Amino acid sequence: MAPILEIKNLTHTYSAGTPFEHKALDSVSFSVERGEFIGIIGHTGSGKSTLMQHMNGLLKPTSGNVILDGVDIWQDKKTTRQARFRVGLVFQYPEYQLFEETVYKDIAFGPKNMGLKPDEVDRRVREAASFVNLTEAQLKVSPFDLSGGQKRRVAIAGVIAMEPEILILDEPTAGLDPVSREEILENIQSYRRAKNATIMMVSHSMNDVARLTERLLVMNGSRLAMDGTPDEVFTRAQELLDMGLDIPEVTRVFLRLRELGLPVDPVYSIDQAVAVLKKLKEGTAHA
Amino acid sequence: MLKDITLGQFFPGNSFIHRLDPRTKLVMLVVYIVALFVATSWISYAVMLIFLVGCILISKIPGKSIVRGMKPMVIILIFTAVLNIFMTAGETVWLHFWIITITKEGVIRAFFMVIRILMLVTGTFLLTYTTSPIALTDGLESLLSPLKKIKLPVHELSMMMCIALRFIPTLIEETDKIMSAQKARGADFETGSLIDRVKALVPILIPLFVSAFRRADELATAMECRCYHGGEGRTKMKLLRYTRWDFEAYAAGVILLCGIIILAHFGL
Amino acid sequence: MATAISVEHLNYAYPGVDNTPGVAVFADLNLTVEEGSFVAILGSNGCGKSTLAKHFNSILLPSGGKVYVCGMDTANDDLLIKIRRNVGMVFQNPDNQIVANVVEEDVAFGPENLGIASPEIRKRVDNALKQVGMYEFRAHAPHLLSGGQKQRIAIAGIIAMEPKCIVLDEPTAMLDPKGRREVMDTVLKLNREKGITVVLITHHMDEAAQAQRVVVLHKGDVAADGTPKEVFSQVELLHRIGLAAPETVELCYELRQNGLHLPLDRLDIEECAQALYAEVKA
Repeated sequence: MAPILEIKNLTHTYSAGTPFEHKALDSVSFSVERGEFIGIIGHTGSGKSTLMQHMNGLLKPTSGNVILDGVDIWQDKKTTRQARFRVGLVFQYPEYQLFEETVYKDIAFGPKNMGLKPDEVDRRVREAASFVNLTEAQLKVSPFDLSGGQKRRVAIAGVIAMEPEILILDEPTAGLDPVSREEILENIQSYRRAKNATIMMVSHSMNDVARLTERLLVMNGSRLAMDGTPDEVFTRAQELLDMGLDIPEVTRVFLRLRELGLPVDPVYSIDQAVAVLKKLKEGTAHA
Repeated sequence: MLKDITLGQFFPGNSFIHRLDPRTKLVMLVVYIVALFVATSWISYAVMLIFLVGCILISKIPGKSIVRGMKPMVIILIFTAVLNIFMTAGETVWLHFWIITITKEGVIRAFFMVIRILMLVTGTFLLTYTTSPIALTDGLESLLSPLKKIKLPVHELSMMMCIALRFIPTLIEETDKIMSAQKARGADFETGSLIDRVKALVPILIPLFVSAFRRADELATAMECRCYHGGEGRTKMKLLRYTRWDFEAYAAGVILLCGIIILAHFGL
Repeated sequence: MATAISVEHLNYAYPGVDNTPGVAVFADLNLTVEEGSFVAILGSNGCGKSTLAKHFNSILLPSGGKVYVCGMDTANDDLLIKIRRNVGMVFQNPDNQIVANVVEEDVAFGPENLGIASPEIRKRVDNALKQVGMYEFRAHAPHLLSGGQKQRIAIAGIIAMEPKCIVLDEPTAMLDPKGRREVMDTVLKLNREKGITVVLITHHMDEAAQAQRVVVLHKGDVAADGTPKEVFSQVELLHRIGLAAPETVELCYELRQNGLHLPLDRLDIEECAQALYAEVKA
């Protein structure tokens, strides 16, 4: 099947021609299949945010192409506008963009801008609300009366309601407590399952990306430094550390175990670690 | 984009003008503006211009930055020029067409007005370019402190100015972010009628206000935690002190003003 | 050892709006923090962590019970300035606590409010900036700095008042991993070298693990209190109240469920690896 999104030689230079000229993206290329869950990691200033804003046409490439479903999104104005809706973008701290009197109206903002019929808008709002566990009663209250975690979920629902084929989230769990974090990650998963949507998630939490995603893109110094499964990426743990990134603690423990002489491959989740160690223990018990 | 706005931009430096006390610079600006309005003739303007160019050279501020800062002024300048050209009655008529009459006096007057505005703005730029906003508010607070006696909240005003300057870049950045986020939800700021466009601003302005209030609230708590309790008993890390240079600058200012007044007296 | 903060039978409810009943946060909370110690306070959202922190320097006053800092009653209005200069506060959002648009001017803000003489302020500002490693940025504009740097400026602004105690309310929640490390290193250094009492409110278990003592709050009461090892080995209790133990402990806990014999107090990588190695080889 053809990839849903192709990024070809994408380069973006901010303030070109001024003393503040800065190349935020440097010939980045990759393609994304329908239904993939991709994690994007990289330290602050590595080009992650700039990359994200290219995928739905908020930023125009200095050179290179963004190809959505076989069509360059900058081909004509209509295609660019369509890309906004087909690729949903949830910014960091999205709760700060809420503005309507009620949660319902706020979630409806996107679908209304798409020019949908009222009953379709209504269906989408209710469905999006159910993806993020908002109750019927909560739809009627002012978004400003909700707790931090709830506001965040309203904001995410506002993007989900546009039913994007690709949902991109910039640190959706930043600043939340562990319970709210888990809940939001669960919401994202359920949207993906229901719509076979492609998810791309920027995160600083290596544990989350390692646990949830099937593929990782590592940005470093405006370039795409790595592209592979979490297995492949976390095997190069030392390189990640050199880039100033964190690696999951379990991975660190396993790297140390290998130094101590245990025959283990790096793992990145507790479940994997348990399986490996259990097997190893059984092996020694039988020997 | 919004980020390109350079409001009250400050170019750090170490020139004679940079090192002057902010009070000196503020008073000098007032003296300079007064002189500008007293000046009427070619000669007085030439004197003023030499003084201004001298100051710019001493300050080592690149001329390019001053020209760039003028850009937003173009419309006002054109408007002033046109108004003066058409509205001034005069004897020597250069052009007469339908109801439009252009006279020699009108053209000269327009020219002086434009020069006057240009020199006034340049002088102000020279102040903001060579003085950090903090020094500027400190200077203003110090100069206005006699007004405390008539219950004017001078300290509070200067504190407000200082905080406003601190938060302008933060709020500009925030506006950019909110705009991007709403665009990602399909908001359209570029097409439609004027009313549509004004309506399209609601999704930006409301989050911006909410955020500004939240910031103000948190900042107030943070300030209280740092023992802020108004201007009473407050000291300053950087004390304003006049040096020999300031007296030299004041002397130069007085000489300039007297010179211009004398020239004006003789009708020059 | 002397007590830096002592909370006695604290009772507090947020006042209700428009005749609605207020929301009770604490019924009868008791807690003491020793001078020079480093205490981490953990708890899920709504457990009262931030409300408690605001009691430590008279931003909020108890509805019942008493809060004493350095022996001073926080309800005593006359001591307000003295209390606040002894208990500094650092908040979550670094942007909303920086007052001035030059780094050193911002650090000077606190001492200026205290009416300290100009040369002394200069000395304190330079010292404070050196202690947080931001001295070379003293003439910069804060909005151009990274989150971690801004938060260190905020800390410098507090230590320039020379407080006995610093309370940090989720100071790393908005930072990236690098910024988090910078802030944690700074806080640890201040505690070790200057003997400043630190109360750190956090969501991050790995940060709490670096403290001398961990207090877990749940529904306005102390659910666990002890050294990090003591607290984090109570994995089931933590899970019950919506928290997790550090990953190394979670790993050992899962393995125990699977029949391996492992201790639950291995908080760092090395300790954990050694324990696993010993168990697998056994």
